Amino acid sequence: MFPFSFEWIWDMDHVVFMGGLWYALTILGIGMTYCIIKAAIDACRGNDEHHH
Amino acid sequence: MKHKKAKKYGMVINLDKCTGCGSCMVACMAENNVPFRKDESDKLLSITWMRVYKLTNGKPFPNTDICYLPRPCMHCEGQHEGHSPCVTVCPAVATDYNIETGIVSQIYTRCFGCRYCMASCPYKARYFNWWDPVWPDGMEKYLSPNVSPRMRGVVEKCSFCFHRYQMAKEKAFMEGRRKLKEDEYQTACTQACPAGAITFGDLNNPNHAVYRMVKPDPKHHGRPTNPNAFRLLERLGTNPKVYYLSSREWVRRVGDNYLKNESIAKKTVHQG
Amino acid sequence: MDSALIPRGVKRCSLWQFLLFISVVGAVLLWGVYAMLLCWIKGLNQTNMNDYYGFAIWIWADLAVIAVGGGAFFTGLLRYIFGKDELKSIINYAVLIGFICYSSALLILAYDIGQPLRGWFIFWHANVHSMLTEVAFCLSCYFGVLTIEFIPLILENRQIDRVPFFHHLSHNMHEIMAVFAATGVFLSFFHQGSLGGVAGVLFGRPFAFREGILIWPWTFFLFTWSAAACGPCFTILITKITETVTRKKLVKDSAIELLAKISGWMILTYIIAKTIDTWYWATVTAPSLGQTLMDFYSNNPLYGIWILFAEIVICGFVPAAILITKKGRKNSVALWIAVILAVVGVCINRWVMVLQVMAVPVMSFDYWAMYFPSWQEIATTILPVAYGIILVGLAHRYLPVFPDESELNPIETLPAEEEETVEPPVDLEQELKPAGA
Ligand code: SF4
Ligand code: SF4
Repeated sequence: MFPFSFEWIWDMDHVVFMGGLWYALTILGIGMTYCIIKAAIDACRGNDEHHH
Repeated sequence: MKHKKAKKYGMVINLDKCTGCGSCMVACMAENNVPFRKDESDKLLSITWMRVYKLTNGKPFPNTDICYLPRPCMHCEGQHEGHSPCVTVCPAVATDYNIETGIVSQIYTRCFGCRYCMASCPYKARYFNWWDPVWPDGMEKYLSPNVSPRMRGVVEKCSFCFHRYQMAKEKAFMEGRRKLKEDEYQTACTQACPAGAITFGDLNNPNHAVYRMVKPDPKHHGRPTNPNAFRLLERLGTNPKVYYLSSREWVRRVGDNYLKNESIAKKTVHQG
Repeated sequence: MDSALIPRGVKRCSLWQFLLFISVVGAVLLWGVYAMLLCWIKGLNQTNMNDYYGFAIWIWADLAVIAVGGGAFFTGLLRYIFGKDELKSIINYAVLIGFICYSSALLILAYDIGQPLRGWFIFWHANVHSMLTEVAFCLSCYFGVLTIEFIPLILENRQIDRVPFFHHLSHNMHEIMAVFAATGVFLSFFHQGSLGGVAGVLFGRPFAFREGILIWPWTFFLFTWSAAACGPCFTILITKITETVTRKKLVKDSAIELLAKISGWMILTYIIAKTIDTWYWATVTAPSLGQTLMDFYSNNPLYGIWILFAEIVICGFVPAAILITKKGRKNSVALWIAVILAVVGVCINRWVMVLQVMAVPVMSFDYWAMYFPSWQEIATTILPVAYGIILVGLAHRYLPVFPDESELNPIETLPAEEEETVEPPVDLEQELKPAGA
């Protein structure tokens, strides 16, 4: 799973597979971080104009 | 090429000699600390690394004929080295193909018991530990110290007595040798067979008996060139390292699946 | 009592009715939990699996819930990426159903493995060539996506929404939901596919083995396709069941019809592809390995050729034919039949690709292996169903799952804020069922 675990080999298969995995995880991670930080800022500012 | 020097341990079983006595099964159980239960009547739950099957030609008396077929793990090589059905599917690399010896190992402490490998093996050579092993009183003392017993929840199978290979290597090293002699590394079943039906050795070494008996064809993944030799389910492309010999045609035919009007000679290697 | 938690403008049954309902289903849940603990504490000897049947009902249940849970990713794809706004009415429920399916799948996997404490090995020591590794990774990641899609709905609960932070969080998550949905589609494509690959790569088992492109056997694509086709049918089916139980309309017809139509065309194309695949396998692949189609369907008490017929014709072409016609979709009975058949069809497919694969002998001197699950296996397979019903019950009661519910079921006298919601009339015969509302 990580390049430092001993069965890791720097071959195409690992790069493609784990690349896909980390790509997806990064998107989810960044997306959630963005939402949480923005929510915190909005909440502190107390802006409440939007409603859905 | 780097792989030239590598060994490819394999087995040849002469079905004309096998009497079906089951010594190989017993020897295997004892050698490898294979667990058993009080009630072993349900064979679908028994662990038998080596299992003797009884085959019949299905003909009525007086033409009826039977044959016993011992089945260890075939240590399949697959379409290219290491592409065994079970090794490729194991999600945790708990079963591995050793390039040096061609032996398919099972790492008990790594296996988490998903049983995908069992689903992949057409020879049903893999067994699951449904229970923790319970040895009859005092039997712990008789267990082999060279083979670790397995816990419940993991899969196990024949290892071609790999610990014997390691011990032989160690002995040779202490004696300042690098090469093993043919008789230095032999599996327990080979030595136990009273009929001498099992032969074990390096299929890459033309001096070894196994090589001379089947004459594997390197161009076709080691398919035997001896007309009396065959491998189980040759057409699947698993490329087993266990060969069988029989002078009887019906026995050779039982070794694989054929369409009704298909003759054995026509067999082709799938995916080749 | 709990009226402060119930969404505005909708009617819910009284709390005691609801609790009664939950406790009845909860009893079933506890039975399953007991069986699960037995399996964990005593090991897999509690099952009827054996060395011929290493994969059995659990793996089937796993594949089946994931297939029918495919409705979440496909509806998400249509709603957020292709911009089908009608589906707004059903997307929340699709996500909830998907969440239940995938959490169940992960739970089943947790007791299916022989050494549950080593479950993390599949990630840590990953063999990137194994289809099961791909399944494990994409499944867990996609479950993360579903959780992310589900969170805003929880945050929209009346009381939680009052907290400014949560209010903004759910708003922000809605804003970028398309990004999450796209990631979900990517992950779904691979795990649905690799579940098909699990069987398709077994070159030692001619019944399961299929050729393909690159590393992916045809079953890879067939599984993704069938999940996208039949998953929405499951979403529709569960919606219809919920509507029947609560005795009110919850989702707009336009949403159901659109989903049914797309699903119908997907099923049709899928079943044509499946037919071609089956034909090729029966006439080329299997004979090249020395076996005929009938070798796989005879000499055993259960697996006859009927199963192939049921899967492809009755549960494939029939629902497709119903769903692609406007008349079929508009007719409520026909719609019911079609979605049930489609769901059954995909479940049969998964059953065949797991249990029949195990049953068929490969060596010419081997025999068919039959199997019937133990009660522990049955209880642990029902466990996720009970869990799902409870979660649906809770979500329906306290979360605005169906945005169009209040519009479709206007309440004459709006209850004053913070007061008891009006109790719906209780049908004595169906005392329990409406309580699920
Ligand atoms: S016989 Fe079965 S267990 Fe042995 S190497 Fe072949 S597939 Fe693996
Ligand atoms: S049961 Fe063990 S050896 Fe077999 S595939 Fe699973 S983890 Fe690998």
